[in-house]
Amino acid sequence: MKANANPKANHQILILTYGVVLLFIGLAAYYGYFLQVKSESVINNSYNARLDSFADRVVRGEIISSDGQILARTDVDGEGHETRVYPYDSLFAHAVGYSVNGKTGLEAQANFYLLTSHVNILEQIINELYARKSQGDNVVTTLDVELQKKAYEALGKRNGAVVVMEPDTGKILAMVSKPDYNPNTLLNDWNNLVADENTSGQLLNRATQGLYPPGSTFKIITALEYIRENPETYKDYTFDCDGIYENGDYAIKCYHETAHGHQNFTQAFANSCNGAFAGLGLVMDLNRLKNTTRQMLFGTDLSLPFPANRSSYIMEPGADIWQILQTAIGQGQTQITPLHNAMITCAIANGGTLMKPYLIDHVENAGGDVIKKFVPQTYETIMTAQESASLTELMRAVVTEGTGSAIRTDAYTAAGKTGSAEFDKNKETHAWFVGFAPAEHPKIAVSVIVEEGGSGGKAAAPIARSLFDLYFSR
Amino acid sequence: MINLIVDVSRYFMILLIAIYTYLNFRYFSFQDEKKKNSICRRQNIFMFLIHLLAYGIIWLEMKDERMLVFYAAQVLFFLGYLFLYRLFYRSLSKLLVNNMCLLLAIGFIMLTRLSFDRAVKQFTIVAAAAAVTFIIPFVIDRAWQLSRIPWVYGFAGVILLGIVCVAGTNSYGAQLSIGMAGFSFQPSEFVKISYVFFIAAMFYRSVSFPTILAVSGVSALHVLILVLSRDLGSALIFFITYVFMLFIATGKWRYLLGGAAGGVLASVLAFHLFDHVKTRVAAWLNPWSDIAGKGYQISQSLFAIGTGGWLGMGLYRGMPRKIPVVEKDFIFSAISEELGGIFALCVLLICLGCFLQFMMVAGSMQALFYKLIAFGLGMIYAIQVFLTIGGVTKFIPSTGVTLPFVSYGGSSAASTFIIFGIIQGLYILKRNEEEEGRYES
Repeated sequence: MKANANPKANHQILILTYGVVLLFIGLAAYYGYFLQVKSESVINNSYNARLDSFADRVVRGEIISSDGQILARTDVDGEGHETRVYPYDSLFAHAVGYSVNGKTGLEAQANFYLLTSHVNILEQIINELYARKSQGDNVVTTLDVELQKKAYEALGKRNGAVVVMEPDTGKILAMVSKPDYNPNTLLNDWNNLVADENTSGQLLNRATQGLYPPGSTFKIITALEYIRENPETYKDYTFDCDGIYENGDYAIKCYHETAHGHQNFTQAFANSCNGAFAGLGLVMDLNRLKNTTRQMLFGTDLSLPFPANRSSYIMEPGADIWQILQTAIGQGQTQITPLHNAMITCAIANGGTLMKPYLIDHVENAGGDVIKKFVPQTYETIMTAQESASLTELMRAVVTEGTGSAIRTDAYTAAGKTGSAEFDKNKETHAWFVGFAPAEHPKIAVSVIVEEGGSGGKAAAPIARSLFDLYFSR
Repeated sequence: MINLIVDVSRYFMILLIAIYTYLNFRYFSFQDEKKKNSICRRQNIFMFLIHLLAYGIIWLEMKDERMLVFYAAQVLFFLGYLFLYRLFYRSLSKLLVNNMCLLLAIGFIMLTRLSFDRAVKQFTIVAAAAAVTFIIPFVIDRAWQLSRIPWVYGFAGVILLGIVCVAGTNSYGAQLSIGMAGFSFQPSEFVKISYVFFIAAMFYRSVSFPTILAVSGVSALHVLILVLSRDLGSALIFFITYVFMLFIATGKWRYLLGGAAGGVLASVLAFHLFDHVKTRVAAWLNPWSDIAGKGYQISQSLFAIGTGGWLGMGLYRGMPRKIPVVEKDFIFSAISEELGGIFALCVLLICLGCFLQFMMVAGSMQALFYKLIAFGLGMIYAIQVFLTIGGVTKFIPSTGVTLPFVSYGGSSAASTFIIFGIIQGLYILKRNEEEEGRYES
């Protein structure tokens, strides 16, 4: 046979061989990375039926509060029958969730950990020998039983939601949603809960899924945008309020048509003067306002370890005057979840940096050894420290001289914003309060909504007050 | 108790295949024939141990006597194949035969676990293919006339692919196979070989520009028919192989770069022209947005791999059957899920080892015809392994190709036997030449 026409063939084969080897190494490295790092978040998915089969070999672990109380445990009787028990009945219904007929809340989020056992290897071998199940890992949450109880009782029989967070870490200390259900009797109650004629939505976690008009709590965003557009002069703004602001055929009323009189910027914010803020809407760059709401995470899926609805802000530049007036005071088509409102509040309290909200503090094995620790993570910096300081000043005035009088006390310096969101002409408004304390070094932030509760200052702020009182009395 | 045995055996299997893989690469560092032989002997022991442990677990889990018979049949087959190959072909590459047997054994283990009937069917085809292809090294060693009939290969390939394109049965949106006497036959698996032979034989004659044009035309025809059959995985393999072979035949970088540019252009075109390409790319970019629909297969595969972790769930402890077409394109995920990530990684490395051997053979051949054949077949093999494993792990979009020797599928197994047989033949040819040379000098 004749010789090779290409004298460099072997050299070139070598080069291509190296190329292929490199590709394979890349593939192997990616594969290792997936197994080591990514797989945990991938497989803890409700579509992954494999996790259920873990239950054949592992007794589901406990869910524990930050102060060591058991929120969910699995009892095994003499014949090996397992029952999931929730010692606090409905107190943690939505936060902890349930694990029959699907999984929700922490039962869903922590499913993988609860069904993975890290008991020591000797014990595992003995368990295998006797065909016994191993005890699954326990999940220790950030939830605080006292705060949860306080929020639960303060909300009482009214519908709504309360979220309590630590602004500097993102820890969720309490999360209440009403109406609720009792996870211990869920199977018996199931048919009633999901019946067509049942419109109260007990299974819905309003804290993360409920979408409400933000009402006057949106004035925080409007104020922020106005500050951004007029950083030097925003305090010079004045407005004379006679209870009804008229613009052509349109009229915007202040709450109960209260005439606030001559208002500067801080007073207008503190008294939640609708006329003043509706007017601000008309002098704003709607494009920039929209960008600011995007930065405040409206219209984006929050990337959180648990499901939450997406808040919406849909006003485009060129909107008509009525829409602008409405949107500037938090009415119109804007919608927000209580959790999202808590997040914005936390960012203001934390110098503009939003910490990622989280519910699981750490995972430990049945013997109490820590298996995995979750640390606070920055979500995003959504405003400058200067802007957060300006907003804090405004929110402090709400408490000291405005609608947040219910929370006025010498014990601590609270800051916040009330809201009374109209959603149906014939019904009472939804009552909002978002706020934090102490204003100088915030340690706790809350977001409260009471459905059809009336005014935010009267219905929602007292709930925040009772939570702050408890927190600072400890 | 069973649990404990299963767990311990699983760890042993991982240890055994890790040592096997280590030996596979250690082999290359030895010049001494005795040491090489001793490595191959140890590899055989490890392979049979892995096989034994796996069927031990299968027996414990299933308590089905047919499994024992099937196991015995496989052991007989492997012993017979290893023995006869060495008997007839004294200067064979033992490493390559070992790797063939190991990959086949892993395939049998997984298929038995997934579907006993299919495993038996696969075994039957493998045994038949092993017998028929036994003669290939002998033919390659002697019949240098194979280089004289390029157009036979070219026409055969185009006609076979054309028949499938027109009359093939549709599976998962692609025309892949034709039904014959109850068997479904996938010609593209065999055309891969004739295609490489065609290109090698043509370039062996001449690398003049007119020849290059002619070869490019026929190659493009192959690729085009595959695209029309919507078998885009194969089309990709054929295309890359041609560009690489052209580069090696001519030594000109501009062909490689031009081919790469053409490939990128064609991919962009395919993305815009074919909805199922868009679907696959979308499922690759974000399978989680549509887990129940388009992202179902890849997300199930990732669930399987992720849940299995480094050490695996153990045979029968996972849910590989949740993955659609797990026996074929997604067999790697099933291996990873139940036998473990380390085990699966070893499989990847063993495939890479096979490829390296192919390239060594290509490097050692004097005649361009043989060099190109070894190179082309090696590239086909490597690209196929890369596409299937990269696809199921979401490294690249899934293209729907099988893992040679491991996946279920008669055509795939038979064509891989032919490919390995040809390489074995070239290896033997080279060794015989060297020995003759030694006698002469």
